[in-house]
Amino acid sequence: MPIAAREVGGVAGGEGDDMKILVPVKRAIDSNVKARVRSDQTGVDLANVKMSMNPFCEIAVEEAVRLKEKGVADEIVAVSIGPTQAQETIRTALAMGADRGILVQTDTDPEPLEVAKLLKNVAIAEQPRLILMGKQAIDGDNNAVGQMLSALLSWPQATFASRIEIEGEIAKVTREVDGGLQTLELDLPAVVTADLRLNEPRYASLPNIMKAKKKTIDIKSPDDYGGLGEGHLKVLKVTEPAKRVAGVRLENASELVARLKTEAGVL
Amino acid sequence: MAVLVVADHDNVNLKDNTNKTVTAAKALSADVDILVAGQNVAPVATLAVKIAGVRKVLTAESEALGKQIAEALSAAIAPLMANYDAVLVPATSVGKNFAPRLAAMLDVAPISEIVEIIDADTFVRPIYAGNALETVRSSDPKKVITVRATAFKAAEEGGAAPIEVVDPGPGARHTRFVSDEIVKSDRPELAGAKIVVSGGRALGSAEEFHRVIEPLADKLGAAVGASRAAVDAGYAPNDYQVGQTGKVVAPQLYVAIGISGAIQHLAGMKDSKVIVAINKDADAPIFQVADYGLVADYKTAVPELMAALTAAGR
Repeated sequence: MPIAAREVGGVAGGEGDDMKILVPVKRAIDSNVKARVRSDQTGVDLANVKMSMNPFCEIAVEEAVRLKEKGVADEIVAVSIGPTQAQETIRTALAMGADRGILVQTDTDPEPLEVAKLLKNVAIAEQPRLILMGKQAIDGDNNAVGQMLSALLSWPQATFASRIEIEGEIAKVTREVDGGLQTLELDLPAVVTADLRLNEPRYASLPNIMKAKKKTIDIKSPDDYGGLGEGHLKVLKVTEPAKRVAGVRLENASELVARLKTEAGVL
Repeated sequence: MAVLVVADHDNVNLKDNTNKTVTAAKALSADVDILVAGQNVAPVATLAVKIAGVRKVLTAESEALGKQIAEALSAAIAPLMANYDAVLVPATSVGKNFAPRLAAMLDVAPISEIVEIIDADTFVRPIYAGNALETVRSSDPKKVITVRATAFKAAEEGGAAPIEVVDPGPGARHTRFVSDEIVKSDRPELAGAKIVVSGGRALGSAEEFHRVIEPLADKLGAAVGASRAAVDAGYAPNDYQVGQTGKVVAPQLYVAIGISGAIQHLAGMKDSKVIVAINKDADAPIFQVADYGLVADYKTAVPELMAALTAAGR
């Protein structure tokens, strides 16, 4: 299928009938674990803390797998940038239904701009028609990589997706916005980021976990994808937010109204 | 240095987030301009010029900007950045959508949802769902920053800045607007409301949520919010959700009814000035952050509260 319309300024995505989806996934603190700040203020204590796939990444993997099950997608490639343990995160994606994985191995914790630059080069190498990823990681809470990746590729973007339909060369995406929903049409290739209500990710079945062990994970280094830059941001310290002190228990609603009026002055 | 603030608006009304972001910008520079990017934005620009201390108001208009398409916004703003050292954007769904795209176009690292400005290069922002605060220094000569507006006071009115029309840019070549489904409501908007009444899973049904939460909100002139559990159970629409994955609010008064107080909910409301919790479970974590707690079933407590408010002249 010709993609002449796509040449304008953008990096070409995969062509024709081969609908490949690239799903970047991040290993992050498990969402049920409460983050504790290290006493030396250098960061959050992750020693002996349960790590999992970032929940929004899980939603992105699930959506990619559903698109494959519907016959819309042909291949799903899960890519992670992180330490050697991030292979487990990729393995989880493979057990959910991704076909193969790429680990860009690094023990540094690259900032979103660096991650986006590496992913751009992964996309150039892999030529996906769609990059489907979580809207944000629950550790850094930046909510930035998808938008930046889309800019670096000069591809259209749809963030905070709650519904995705692929119709030929077009992705129709409904987005969660303040006050309601917005629906956009994007020409593929495109970057779409997943919000909470896009789907409920499946649990991988035991047979699929076993099958995932046989799937390939290519171990690469950042240098294979243009290398890591110096970074533009430096974290000076990480502190605990001021704690609220529990107030008083009141007997009844009249006392509450009286206190709100006189003591708190908010009525 | 000069700072550009991107206005939060809906092509008709200017939102209070803009005034709050101007206050943040003033901490960086005396020269603060506002960009109103949209379609037929004259009424919005007329309001923006009144914000005190603003040097000038820029307007950029096109159909794609009117729909707040990220590609169009970032393409319109990138060339303007030749004149500015920083752009500050309210961290709304629009701002969070386009600001990182703009940053990547300028090859700078975006700084998301700042809550404090230490100096021109150093900012504080919440991470890990607000369980930690990160102080971060940027080495970029130009900064792209989103601002958690609830952390800053709104700039006053009293200005009379001139308006200047700027190039709206190329629009969005590969993105088309299809439709909006915006919930219309006579109540104040959740993100900027002075009082918020939120309901949780204890309400048990959408009907009960309407019956109990909404009249109380209306009596208080409050916006309505909900916990994620209530939204997931279908008692309230998505855009009511207060919390890390929903809206972050910091009203004068936050009333939590039948909300247990999961970490992710607390992350969205713990900066409220006064928190009231009504819950029959005395051990609910919400009581640990509440200034005033009523250990009671909402079924009796809310009607009593309505009556007490009436008696107090509300």
